[in-house]
Amino acid sequence: MDFAFLADTMGQLLAAVPTTVALWFLCISIGGVIALGAVWMRVSGIFVLERIAAGYIFAFRGSPLLIQMFLVYYGLSQFPEVRHSFVWPVLREPFYCAVISLALCTGGYTAEIFRGGLLSVPQREIEAGRAIGMSGFMLFRRIIAPIALRQALPAYSTEIVLMMKSTSLASLVTVWEVTGVAQRLISQSYRTMEVFLCAAAIYLVLNFIIIRFMGFIEYRLSPHLRRRPDIGIEGPDPRAEDLREVKP
Amino acid sequence: MTNVPALTVRDMHKSFGQLEVLKGISLDAHEGDVISILGSSGSGKSTLLRCINLLEIPDSGVVTVAGETIAMRKRRDGKQEPADRKQVDRIRSELGMVFQNFNLWSHMTILQNVIEGPIHVLKRPRAEAVAEAEALLEKVGIADKRDQYPSHLSGGQQQRAAIARALAMRPKVMLFDEPTSALDPELVGEVLRVLRALAEEGRTMLVVTHEMAFARNVSNRVMFLHQGLVEAEGSPEQLFGEMKSERFRQFVSGLKA
Repeated sequence: MDFAFLADTMGQLLAAVPTTVALWFLCISIGGVIALGAVWMRVSGIFVLERIAAGYIFAFRGSPLLIQMFLVYYGLSQFPEVRHSFVWPVLREPFYCAVISLALCTGGYTAEIFRGGLLSVPQREIEAGRAIGMSGFMLFRRIIAPIALRQALPAYSTEIVLMMKSTSLASLVTVWEVTGVAQRLISQSYRTMEVFLCAAAIYLVLNFIIIRFMGFIEYRLSPHLRRRPDIGIEGPDPRAEDLREVKP
Repeated sequence: MTNVPALTVRDMHKSFGQLEVLKGISLDAHEGDVISILGSSGSGKSTLLRCINLLEIPDSGVVTVAGETIAMRKRRDGKQEPADRKQVDRIRSELGMVFQNFNLWSHMTILQNVIEGPIHVLKRPRAEAVAEAEALLEKVGIADKRDQYPSHLSGGQQQRAAIARALAMRPKVMLFDEPTSALDPELVGEVLRVLRALAEEGRTMLVVTHEMAFARNVSNRVMFLHQGLVEAEGSPEQLFGEMKSERFRQFVSGLKA
């Protein structure tokens, strides 16, 4: 084992971690906002908006992220109108192109995850809200959103972990994030195994942190799904058939 | 006591597709009335209750709560819809609904369930809402469960929490939609005791139920629905004593068998 080489590789890869994390953070933040807009349109009950949102979700879920990224980075610059417009300072930067395509892609997936959360809210609990005099935004904010969010969380954690891994595609539009740097190191040293193992370890650690963090949030939001603290003291648990334990 | 009835319903009709569930039902509930609504499955009794607070929109008919009529307007298909959503929300907040399946909010503790409406719908101060909620939980006998979640409670406890949640809105009329039908037999009693206590307080209540003993002993009026119409109506003594309606007699003896 050439520890000196490994240490040097690790050092160079770690220097690229901020780029990877920035790509990830920006794409899930922007993607989250896009998803909220898309899911609102999707369930708005207004036919045109619904179709637009469904079309967006279909296009970005149904086509490869890599091609979307190529279209944004290489494709758009083909048009002189784009090159001469105010968006060019953004679109000529590979980093922003990667963020845009990652955000658009995760926005489509996240919109569907949110919609699944909304659909899982029990009609009875919504009805109880209506019966007490709630409607519109208050009903959404107090009853629907908290339940939907909790239901959507496991699928959402999976999505943001997938996005962490998808940031590696940005290397193909010349963004020097972890995978990009790894490939450069390999082209210099021809030591594929060591370099990619180091890169994989970095992604594992990053995703481990995300998973634990999301698990913690899930745990905090799920007191009602845990067993009550005084079980055994007061006789049989009324939920004896359904003892889902949620742990961080 | 005022002369304005707490609740009146005039000539209510409701169809689901081809099926006409309510064929013109009227009722008056004066302050302090406890009206049991009986009827076999499909007779329209739950639909009647749900049409009163517009969880279902009646095709036609007029609902008046404490003198205030819910404004409706005609739609193009000849049915009607509420003219003023805000009014509907306000009227609903004045009608305390208790559901067959409790419908507590699963993500809130029992106390949070009870204070939710007073704080967010009625905009009452939090401290006041909490104090009143605690008193109500005490009254229905589950004060010790205030910080537990609905899924941690038995059915009877959940239903009593749901009653406390409805009472916290200081409703003018309480609507009970088969409040004991989803409960194990040994848990029915604890909920009925709460209902009886509320009746004795003089609360105006409409109770859709299958509990004959409750209808007979606690309510002061009984309505028997059959196929979307009021088949028999009167005091429990009249209805159960005289048994003028052949259908009512069959209904009652069917339950005993």
